[in-house]
Amino acid sequence: MTDCVENRLLTSRRGLLLGGASFAAWAYLPKFARAADGRDPRLIVVILRGALDGLSTVAPLGDPDYAGLHGSIALAADGAHPAIMLDSFFALHPAMPEFARMYRDKHAAVIHAVATPYRDRSHFDGQDVLESGYAGPGRVQSGWLNRALEVLPRGERVSSGLAVGPTTPLVLRGSAPTVGWAPVALPQADDDTAMRLVELYRHRDPALASALSQGLQLDKAASGDDMKAARGNAVAQMRQVARGAAKLMAADDGPRIAALAFDGWDTHANEGGPVGRLAFLLGGLDGALAEFESGLRNRWRDTVVVVATEFGRTARINGTEGTDHGTGTIALLAGGAVQGGRVISDWPGLKLANLYEGRDLKPTTDLRSVIKGVLQDQFGLSDRVLAETVFPDSASARPMKGLVA
Amino acid sequence: MARDSQAALVALNRFGFGARGGASGDLVNASSDPRGFVKAELSRPNGVLLEAPGLQPTPQLGQAVFAYQDQVKQAREAAKAAAPAETPAQAPADQKPPLRRNLSLNAAAEITGQMADAKPAGSAPQPETMQPSAAAPQPAAKPAPQPLNVIQKAFRAEALARLQRATLAECGFTERLVAFWSNHFCISASKGELARIWAGAFEREAIRPHVLGRFADMLRAVEQHPAMLFFLDNQQSLGPDSRAGQNRKRGLNENLAREIMELHTLGVGGGYTQGDVTSLARIITGWTFAGRQGQLGAPGSFVFNVNAHQPGPQVLLGKTYDQAGLAQGEAALADLARHPSTANFIATKFVRHFVADDPPPALVARLRDVFVKTDGDLKAMATALVDSDEAWTAPLTKMRSPYDFLVASGRLLARVPEDPGLYLNSLNLLGQPLWSPPGPNGFPDSNAAWAAPEGIKLRLDIAAQIGARLGNNIDPLDLLEFAAADAASAETRRTIERAESRQQALALLLMSPEMQRR
Repeated sequence: MTDCVENRLLTSRRGLLLGGASFAAWAYLPKFARAADGRDPRLIVVILRGALDGLSTVAPLGDPDYAGLHGSIALAADGAHPAIMLDSFFALHPAMPEFARMYRDKHAAVIHAVATPYRDRSHFDGQDVLESGYAGPGRVQSGWLNRALEVLPRGERVSSGLAVGPTTPLVLRGSAPTVGWAPVALPQADDDTAMRLVELYRHRDPALASALSQGLQLDKAASGDDMKAARGNAVAQMRQVARGAAKLMAADDGPRIAALAFDGWDTHANEGGPVGRLAFLLGGLDGALAEFESGLRNRWRDTVVVVATEFGRTARINGTEGTDHGTGTIALLAGGAVQGGRVISDWPGLKLANLYEGRDLKPTTDLRSVIKGVLQDQFGLSDRVLAETVFPDSASARPMKGLVA
Repeated sequence: MARDSQAALVALNRFGFGARGGASGDLVNASSDPRGFVKAELSRPNGVLLEAPGLQPTPQLGQAVFAYQDQVKQAREAAKAAAPAETPAQAPADQKPPLRRNLSLNAAAEITGQMADAKPAGSAPQPETMQPSAAAPQPAAKPAPQPLNVIQKAFRAEALARLQRATLAECGFTERLVAFWSNHFCISASKGELARIWAGAFEREAIRPHVLGRFADMLRAVEQHPAMLFFLDNQQSLGPDSRAGQNRKRGLNENLAREIMELHTLGVGGGYTQGDVTSLARIITGWTFAGRQGQLGAPGSFVFNVNAHQPGPQVLLGKTYDQAGLAQGEAALADLARHPSTANFIATKFVRHFVADDPPPALVARLRDVFVKTDGDLKAMATALVDSDEAWTAPLTKMRSPYDFLVASGRLLARVPEDPGLYLNSLNLLGQPLWSPPGPNGFPDSNAAWAAPEGIKLRLDIAAQIGARLGNNIDPLDLLEFAAADAASAETRRTIERAESRQQALALLLMSPEMQRR
C-alpha cells in the first residue's frame, strides 16, 4: 500500500509531471452542451491518492471520542488555528478557507463516513475500486467516468485538451477517447518531424500512432498560455494544475468532463494537526478548488467538483503521530451547481464498539451513491445505466438525491 | 553461425539495453549466438557489483547528511541570534548579521560539498545543468547557480556511475536485472535528504550483491538497509511494550511491515491479514539505524535497538516466532521469502517485465517452479527465462521505459555520459525520475503507463533535441544498421532515408518502433 512517502511533495518537483498531479479529459463535448436551457454542465473528479484522513479534514468536534482518538493531531474549535465550524457538530480544517467560503455560500458540501465497497487496506486495490467503479479490485481496464462518457450523447470533438501527467488516471481510462496534456519546458519537435513519425507509426505501430497523434493535438491546444512546467512547492503545483485545467475547460469548445489526481495523502507519520503536513496538502487542495472557481468564471455555476479518496485512515493515531490505513472517510463536493452548505452524514459515532474492526470510522454511506447522484443530476444518466454499466452490480447503492441544485 | 537479426533484437532489446554503436559489433555478436550473448553476463556475478572512486558506503553518506544538517542549523541559529528581527534582509547594509547569514549557509554547503568532492569520480558537476529531481524552485532569471550541496553531489555521482555502467555494459542484461529488482524493492529519494543521499548506495549494497544470488538474502539486505527503514518509517516504529515505547509514548508504525508482505514478498492477494501486518510490524520493531549521536552504533548504520523491540513471541501467518531480538525478524523474512505466494508473485512480475504485460502463464509457472525448487536462486530464474522459448518467440511489444529509452539512445550513439544532468532532467520530464517512484510499489511496468499520449510526445521532443545536437556528426543509416540491421522494417528504413536532414533522421530513428519496443 503505498505511498507512504513523507514530504515527497515538499522535496520534489516531480509532482506536476508524474502521478503527483495528473489530469485527463473526455475528448468530446456532451451533445447537450449549450442546449436550449443554457445549462452546460461540467464535472471534475479529483482523486486524492494515498487515503485522506477524513477525520482531520472535517472533524466531528461534537463527537465526545474524537479528541481522545485523534490525540495530538486533533483539530479544535479554539487555539491559534481553530477549525472552521460547518455546523454544530462538524468543523473544517483551518487550511481550507476557500472551501469554507463556498460552503457558506451553499456551493460546497461534505459527505462524511463514506467509503467505496472496498474493505481491505491496500492503497492500490483501494484505488482500483475507487477508480474502476467495480465492487472489487483487479478490474483495471476501464474507469467509471469513462464508462459514463460512453453512454453520453457524443457531440463535437473538443478542440483543446488538458491533462497533466504522462498517464491517464484509471477513473478516465477506457474505450471512450480521452485527451491529456502536460506543461512542457522543453523545445518541441517541429511539426514535420512529428508528422513523419505519425506516418511511420501508422504503418508499423498503430498504438503509438494514436498515442502520438493525441499528444500532439493536446500540446497545441495548451500552448500559448502561462503554464510553464511548474516549479515550487506542492501548493503552487496543485494550484497551477487546476488553473491550467480550468482555463481549458472554460473555453466554449473545451472539455467538459475531466479527472485529476493528487498524490501524497498517506500520512503515516507526523501528519500534523491544524498546521503541518496534512494542513499543507489541504491548503493545496483548497487553492486548487479556488482556481477552478475563478478559472471557470461564469461556467462555475454549472460545475460540480467531486473530491474522493480510496479509503480513510485509522480513527486512533498510531505510534508516530500519524494514522494508518483505515476505512470510512469523507467526500467533498464543490461548485456552483452543488446544493451545498450541508454535511451529509449518518454519523456512526466513534465509540470503540462503533468503529469498523475496532479501528476505523465505520462507513455508513456508499461513495457510489454520491457519485451516481452527481452523474444523474448533472448528465441525466438513468438508474439502470448507473447500476449496471457505470458502477456494475451497484443497484443497492441508490443514487443520492438532491446533491445538485 | 546462422545470422538471425530478429533473435539479436530480442537478445539486445528484450534482455539488454540495446545495441551499442561504434565498433561494438553487438548486433553481429548477438546474431551468431543470441542466448549465449545474453547469458555471458550471468557467469560474472562480481560484474554486477558497482564500485567507483568516490562512491561511499551508507554510514559515511549518512554522516555527511548529519554534518550538513548540523551546519545548516547552526548557520540558521547564528543568523537568528544575531538578527532577531523578522526581516534581516532589510537591516541596514553596514550591519553584519544578514550578510553573515547568507555567507554561513553557503559556506556550509561548500564545505560539505568539498568533502564529497574529494573523489576523482568523473562527475564534475556542471552548474549550468539541471539539478537532481528534488531541486528547489528555479528562478526564471537564472542568477548565479547555487553550488551543489553534499547530498546533490552524492546523488549525481551515484546516478552517473549507474548510467555509465548501463551505457558500457555489453548486453546489459544484469543491469536490467538490477533495475528490475531496484524497482521491486524501491525506495524514493524524494522522502528526504537521507533517502536522496542513500538511494544509490542502497542499490549498490542491498540489490546488486544478490541479483545473481538468493532472493532471501536480497530481502534481508533490503529490509535491514537504513534507506528502506527510513523510507518506510520503521526507524520511528516502537514496540508498544518495549522500553522505549513505554517511555516515549510512541508506538507501532505498520508501514514497512505491510509493504514487505504486499509489495516485496507475498503480493496483495498473498494470503495475509491485517493481524499479520500488525504482527510483522511488532516483529521488526527495533530495526533501525544509528542516529547522529551514534548511541547505538556508527551513525547511519543498521542497528537492532533492543529497547525499541516489542518483547515476546508473535504469530505471523499462523506460525509462532519466539526467537529473541533480531533473529525473530530474520526468521520471519526467511519464511516469507520461501512462501508459495512469493514465488508466484515474483515469477509473474519478472515475466511481465521481460516478456509481456500479460505474462504467458506457462512461463510464469515454470519460473515459479524454478524459484521454489532452488529456494529462490535468482540466477537460476534468470537463466530459465533466457532458456525459455516464450522469451524468444513473443513479439517485442513492451514499451521501453524512459530510463531504458534514454540509455538505449546513449548506447546507440556511443556517448558515455560525463554528466548525469541531461539524463536526470529528461527522466523527470518523462515521468520516471531516477530512484524516485511515486510510491513504494515503484514505477509502473506496463504499456499503458509508458505509451500514453503525453509521454510519447515528450519523448519525441527529447529525441528532436538529441537529433538537433548530435545529428550533424552521424550517419543515421549506419546507426540503423547497428540498432537493427535487416530486422528493421522497410518503413522505418524508408522514413530515415527520406528525412529532410540528418537531425530529423536521428530523431525519427530514436523514435522508431525498433527503438521504442523491446
